[in-house]
Amino acid sequence: MHELSIVMGIIKIAEDHARAADAAAIDEIELDIGTMSGIDMDSMEFAWTQAIKGTMLNDCVRKINSITAKAKCLDCDTEFEIKNYYDACPVCGEHLIDIVQGKELMVRSLLVS
Amino acid sequence: MCATCGCSSDGKTTYYLVDKDQPHSHDHSHPHDHVHPHDHGHTHDHPHASEKKIIDVEQDVLHQNNLLAERNRGYFDAKNILALNLVSSPGSGKTSLLERTLKDLKGELEFAVIEGDQQTNNDADRIFATGTKVTQINTGKGCHLDAHMILHAMQGLKPKDNSVLFIENVGNLVCPAMFDLGEKERVVIISVTEGDDKPLKYPDMFHSSTLCIINKTDLLPYVPFDIEKAKANAKKVNHHLDIIEVSCTTGDGLPLWYNWLKSKVMQPEAV
Repeated sequence: MHELSIVMGIIKIAEDHARAADAAAIDEIELDIGTMSGIDMDSMEFAWTQAIKGTMLNDCVRKINSITAKAKCLDCDTEFEIKNYYDACPVCGEHLIDIVQGKELMVRSLLVS
Repeated sequence: MCATCGCSSDGKTTYYLVDKDQPHSHDHSHPHDHVHPHDHGHTHDHPHASEKKIIDVEQDVLHQNNLLAERNRGYFDAKNILALNLVSSPGSGKTSLLERTLKDLKGELEFAVIEGDQQTNNDADRIFATGTKVTQINTGKGCHLDAHMILHAMQGLKPKDNSVLFIENVGNLVCPAMFDLGEKERVVIISVTEGDDKPLKYPDMFHSSTLCIINKTDLLPYVPFDIEKAKANAKKVNHHLDIIEVSCTTGDGLPLWYNWLKSKVMQPEAV
């Protein structure tokens, strides 16, 4: 359940920025979450519902940009979508791959009032 | 509030520096309350209260942890301390590996240990028995150590210059993967009593580690663990991973681990 720590981190970042802008409430939050960021979305949902109570995000609309993970094969340079770290290159079948996107975990923007 | 990092310690995480005279004394407690009885009057007008505004945040959620981790890393670098984050599921033999290492390399290298568990000082007591400086972190309900806890544990521990600092994380192959502590290397430990598909089942941890130690190899004749398959699985997840097979009971393979360790210890450069 590290998702609770993650949600608490999101709330802190959002409230800090909202307060700095003299806002009273956060109406919308936009998050970038890579499919291989290590976040389980069900756990995140559970933690979110509980953690935002009484915060500036209480009535906030959450927008999640899910970023599909991609890797690049170090042998043949093919770039491809991956679901697991152990996926092989679809062209040459090698496991010598580097992840190029999909590890994102970021607060992108806020809409405050 | 903690003056060092601004944290509002809620007392859930506790730190014990194991000491001869006071074996379970609390270190770094925050007993004081923060009462803010004053009202925040808002006599000024908010003419734009209903106006909506977009704020571009673009901040990594782990930003705060990562900043503190870099701060720890700076401290380690300045003192030439080799910090290792040991991660595994519960029962793989992290503490046994440390006990054995601390005894075998006594006199060759200087060590300090941070132990992370939800409850008890049992592991710290075992480490202390080897004559090594140790701080126990009890996370309460927490499932992982974070950079902030390490910062506080260090305040009591004060590891020596040119030493090796072992940080034994909470036994958990999932959550600790996301939290940089400021370590130089992350070492994942599995034992042959687990499944050889463990690297595939918990890939984040194997992907973020630099060394994998396969422990309890003396039990191989009695268990269905296929060590070659386990190594292939680990390499599939992370092709950079070094793998060392050891048995803390018989001592098999330990020289390889000790050589790896010594190769990572930087000799202080003469100026």
